[in-house]
Amino acid sequence: MFRRRPDSNPATITVTVEGRTVPVPAGASAAAAVLIAGFSSIRETPVEGRERGPYCMMGICFDCLAEIDGVPNRQSCMVEARPGMRIRRQIRARQIEFGKG
Amino acid sequence: MTAALAIVGAGPAGMAAATLAAELGIETVLVDEQAAPGGQIYRAVERAPPNSPLGPDYVAGRDLATALRGSRAEYRPNTTLWHIDPDGTLYLESDGRTETLMAQRILLATGAFERPVPIPGWTLPGVMGAGAAQILLKSADLVPEGRAILAGQGPLLYLLAAQLASAGAPPVALLETTPIENYLAAAQQLDGLWPGRQMLSKGCGLIFAVRRAGISVLRGVRGLRAIGGRSLERVAWDGGELAADHLFLHEGIIPNVQVSLALQLRHDWDESQLCWRPALDPWGQTSLPNIAIAGDGGGIAGAEVAALSGRLAALDAAAKLGHIGEAERDRRAEPIRAALDRARALRPFLDRLYRPAPSVLVPGDDEVIACRCEEVSVGRIRRAARLGAPGPNQLKAFTRCGMGPCQGRICGPIVSAVMADVLGKPIAEIGTYRPRAPFKPITVGALAELDG
Repeated sequence: MFRRRPDSNPATITVTVEGRTVPVPAGASAAAAVLIAGFSSIRETPVEGRERGPYCMMGICFDCLAEIDGVPNRQSCMVEARPGMRIRRQIRARQIEFGKG
Repeated sequence: MTAALAIVGAGPAGMAAATLAAELGIETVLVDEQAAPGGQIYRAVERAPPNSPLGPDYVAGRDLATALRGSRAEYRPNTTLWHIDPDGTLYLESDGRTETLMAQRILLATGAFERPVPIPGWTLPGVMGAGAAQILLKSADLVPEGRAILAGQGPLLYLLAAQLASAGAPPVALLETTPIENYLAAAQQLDGLWPGRQMLSKGCGLIFAVRRAGISVLRGVRGLRAIGGRSLERVAWDGGELAADHLFLHEGIIPNVQVSLALQLRHDWDESQLCWRPALDPWGQTSLPNIAIAGDGGGIAGAEVAALSGRLAALDAAAKLGHIGEAERDRRAEPIRAALDRARALRPFLDRLYRPAPSVLVPGDDEVIACRCEEVSVGRIRRAARLGAPGPNQLKAFTRCGMGPCQGRICGPIVSAVMADVLGKPIAEIGTYRPRAPFKPITVGALAELDG
């Protein structure tokens, strides 16, 4: 789990993680929002179904793949949280939904 | 869209190069995946308060960002490069939209990332790179909650310990993995200590800061492992164990060669830094005439060297594009090269002191996951190598190792080292993956736009 540094900048925006409203510091990534929300894992692997959390936080490891605003397989550490953003953890392989878009 | 010079990456090398290139009259476009300039080292530096717990060296990076913002270079944040044609066409994606940028010259300033540290349990939630913790602190003012342990070696590990302490969240322990024999070997590399004394004194300052903060430091740690069920619960090593909520690993950084390998630029195995690096001339020119590389992507040397090498590449681009003559390029490069010599002086000492133990490159435990994406163990790599996979690219077909979303960024160094170990050949001979486009995943919709 991560928390805000005691004397950090108070600017906050609100996102939802797994449907729960979470205030996060401005500038935080979607992956950071998941960590603030109290989840240590952000996805389950497609191969063995094991839980994973973000590892590198800089777009290298792809262990933070999550569903952001309905789009799965996003590198959540590379997406800056925006007000109202909907973030969901990704469980195993993403599902292809036909007839959308 | 067209440009005379396209620069990829807005870290110190890219920012310095873009600023100088624009000043020299080159029509310059700087693309970067992040929302603000700085790269990883100066991430979110424009928002940092002057008394940031990250320290004065970090805040100093703001000057580069300010100069970039004030320059005539076109800076394009939130833009991902997913392909380059050798003719100079860059394929970019931004906010779900694709476009191409045709550039006469390209400067890759894609930086570095942390060397993978494949220990037992490194895939457990709660285990991260030390760089990841630093990025959370820089970009969102976040500190780990609960018991954090730092493990590995190198300047960044001490820096992170000091930064976390100053941010009110000191780690409970720093487990240093530097092999004892490294101290003896580094003692043979003392030539750089005097010219590199400024950097050396900063390093000593960090070590003292860690002591002052009361963080317990254990030296010569071996057999490191992360233990837990669904997430990290304990960190163990030969002769000890601690309960932990976070484990931050660090064994130095390596060049991010994903794009340069995909372009099939010439690369060499660097035995002193234990990584692949592109072959460059003293200006950063690669084996392809229209492509240069600056910064840590061309070999690890740190932020100061990165900015200086960016300026050299900008001067060379200006000469090659006809904005200045070679004589002027050489004249303007002189003070930069003098500064480079000073900034690089300590590097051989650091490289030797913090050379990862052989077990970091080749895990002794066959159960350790090498490919985090496809969940391929070290043992499976060994078996495939024995079955006859001649190199990393063929091993992919045997095991799916390297075929997941990270495209071998993480497992690449591990696979080359394990195969070299099994086959009894040097890593230079084993080679590494040849990555392919798209460098980053793009949607089919974004791809389809190209045709329109």
